[in-house]
Amino acid sequence: MAAAETKPRRDGAGGAGSLAAPLALLMRLVDWPMRALQRLIGERRMAYVFILPNLAFFSLFVFLPLLINFVFSVTGGAGLFPSERPFVGAQQYGYLFDCGSFLDPSSCREDHFWRGVANTARFTIFQVTAMVLLSLLTAVVLNMKIRARGFFRAVYFFPVLLSPVVVALTWKWILQRDGLLNAAITSLGGERILFLVDPGWAMFWIVFVSIWAHMGFYTLILLAGLQAIPADLYEAAEMDATPRWRVFWRITLPLLWPNMIVVIVLALIRGVQTFDEVFVLTGGGPGTATLMIVHYIYETAFANQVQNFGLAAAASVVLGVVLFALTLAQLAASRRKGAA
Amino acid sequence: MQRTHRISAFAATAGLAIGLMATTAFAQTTVRIAWYSDGNEGEVVSDLLKRFEAQNKDIKVALDQVPYKAITENLPVQLASGQGPDIARVVDLGGVARYALDLRPYLKDASYWEKNFGPFLPWMRPEGDSSAITGFMTQLTVTGPFVNKTLFEQAGIALPGAKASWEDWGKAVKAVADKVQAPFPLAMDRSGHRFFSVAVAEGAKVFDDKGEPAVIDDGFKRAAKLVYDWHNSGVMKKELWGSVSGTAYRGANDEFKNAQVVLYHSGSWQIAQFDKTVGDAFDWVAVPSPCGAGNCSGMPGGAGLVAIKTTKNPEAVAKVMDYLASEPVLSEFYARSLFVPGHLGIAAKGLDYKDASPQAKAALKVFSDQVAQLSPVAYKLQGYVNNRVIFNAVISRLGQAISGEGTLDEAYKRIESDVAQQIAERKK
Repeated sequence: MAAAETKPRRDGAGGAGSLAAPLALLMRLVDWPMRALQRLIGERRMAYVFILPNLAFFSLFVFLPLLINFVFSVTGGAGLFPSERPFVGAQQYGYLFDCGSFLDPSSCREDHFWRGVANTARFTIFQVTAMVLLSLLTAVVLNMKIRARGFFRAVYFFPVLLSPVVVALTWKWILQRDGLLNAAITSLGGERILFLVDPGWAMFWIVFVSIWAHMGFYTLILLAGLQAIPADLYEAAEMDATPRWRVFWRITLPLLWPNMIVVIVLALIRGVQTFDEVFVLTGGGPGTATLMIVHYIYETAFANQVQNFGLAAAASVVLGVVLFALTLAQLAASRRKGAA
Repeated sequence: MQRTHRISAFAATAGLAIGLMATTAFAQTTVRIAWYSDGNEGEVVSDLLKRFEAQNKDIKVALDQVPYKAITENLPVQLASGQGPDIARVVDLGGVARYALDLRPYLKDASYWEKNFGPFLPWMRPEGDSSAITGFMTQLTVTGPFVNKTLFEQAGIALPGAKASWEDWGKAVKAVADKVQAPFPLAMDRSGHRFFSVAVAEGAKVFDDKGEPAVIDDGFKRAAKLVYDWHNSGVMKKELWGSVSGTAYRGANDEFKNAQVVLYHSGSWQIAQFDKTVGDAFDWVAVPSPCGAGNCSGMPGGAGLVAIKTTKNPEAVAKVMDYLASEPVLSEFYARSLFVPGHLGIAAKGLDYKDASPQAKAALKVFSDQVAQLSPVAYKLQGYVNNRVIFNAVISRLGQAISGEGTLDEAYKRIESDVAQQIAERKK
């Protein structure tokens, strides 16, 4: 039966059939040199040949820029090409870490970098916590047999499709002095609130907007995880009259945990990299209340008259190390869970 | 038969030669210009260049109209990598000067340029060069306030006089705003250039005796304190200076057009825009630069059209520049764009701004008259090659103080260290 199901069609109907002949010809053409190569380097090493094209692509567009970035971070001056830049060793890193107290950014030589670090940490903690919880809640609700479930799934996912700049501009129109929200507040007799001028409100709104824009993506991952949980487990729990919260705590959450880890780590990485929405919505202000690390890097490298690529590259390396640590944490957590 | 072949071969060779000659005759050199616009000047220059192309069939001019941010942020990187345009319209004249082409060997008459653009040529010269001609000013700008006269009339308050101080204006606009419920009594572009128009008027010297930057002095502090206090007393609102971080520019064009601003401290480049967008919605006037403890100066500035030294066609570039800088063409450009002329000959003769409304004409006269009031310090700062280092440090640090992140004294220290660090980095 299985053989009959997998038997290829020979009637030539459809796209696959029409492609079969040229594909077979191509395979025959490739076959001989590949066999010769395999004889030459051995079967085990053939794996490297297969990953070579992708590796070349990655080397050119990921590893090489990483290397160039590192080279820039140990050079100084305002030149663009490495050959025009004097070697300064770890001086740029020294500038970044030249602090009286790391808890007081104003005591640091590069105070904006540390303000960016503090803001990014605060933003990431609030945003990731709130987003994971809300995504989980939304996924659980959207996994229930509610009316218009497909519509709601689309609604929650829709903001993910929008460009970050569109998201930020839309919310800017809502939140500015004469925006929609203030129009609503004043029409109800309230006082106008300058949401983007007050540091506390500005941080609240960048967290809120970021959650609004990205929650759909994480909800989708969790929804997929929820749908993969075997229904018979819930049926057994129902037969045992297990309370709902206990079902969630003992069945749903443990089985959803691998997806949760993916969501947490992806959200963390994205949180640390946040730039575009915040840049458009608050411009890092008021003052430096919403200045993020990536914004600092952009300002240092491009917005100043003396484009300090060396310092910006050093800050990028520091950011890269943080992201690398987060990725390792994800791998470790996944492995521990897999082993358990 | 052999003779026929010979004739055919001759005819074919001759045809090919004529074809090649014709191709050579119509081969075009392309000159690429990167251009940003504040108002309608992009359309005007495009018109003028079409005429140039009609007169010079061998040169095609590609006018790339780009956003202002592309000129300030992307162009320097392009130029450093040798991939820039042949000509660019820039505002950071000192920053771009090291990539500029000395046009003297290619110009028809270098003395015409020296005679008519003389005072502005040093702004576009690389550091240490005292003779190169690299471009000309497409507009000379002067900072100054625009006032919503209708709001003053509605409030029943008289406009302060020509020699009124910044403090007088601050008090007057606050009184007007309170009376007519305007949200922004005084708005000033979040720009170091605009801040220094107040600072120079308050007596800031900016440089020490050796010509090195010494930004923080009593005049600077007076101006910084004034702006800081205005934010605390509600004369200025934090939406501009206090709402963003770093070097970000913020203007109040939309707020002014919507009659929400009583006094908008910006500059002459806004005239064409306000003439077009405000229309007869309300009466607006440009007023002379308010006075400070030092003088009544504003800041000069403007955009220069600069030739870039990586060009492969310096002769064609010089031809385009000669054409655009010629008196009749430049007169038309200034007149149609409503710009204060940066050409001494044209300025001396006076310009007829035919298309301007009476309001715009009056504003142009106010700004043109202001040129004589500009302090030498203001000219020196405008011509200083690292002026944007100073401007950016001031915006960033003063903005932090205004938004409540530290005191003015802390801002002063940071401004000094930021300026010193960046200039040291450039010198490496």
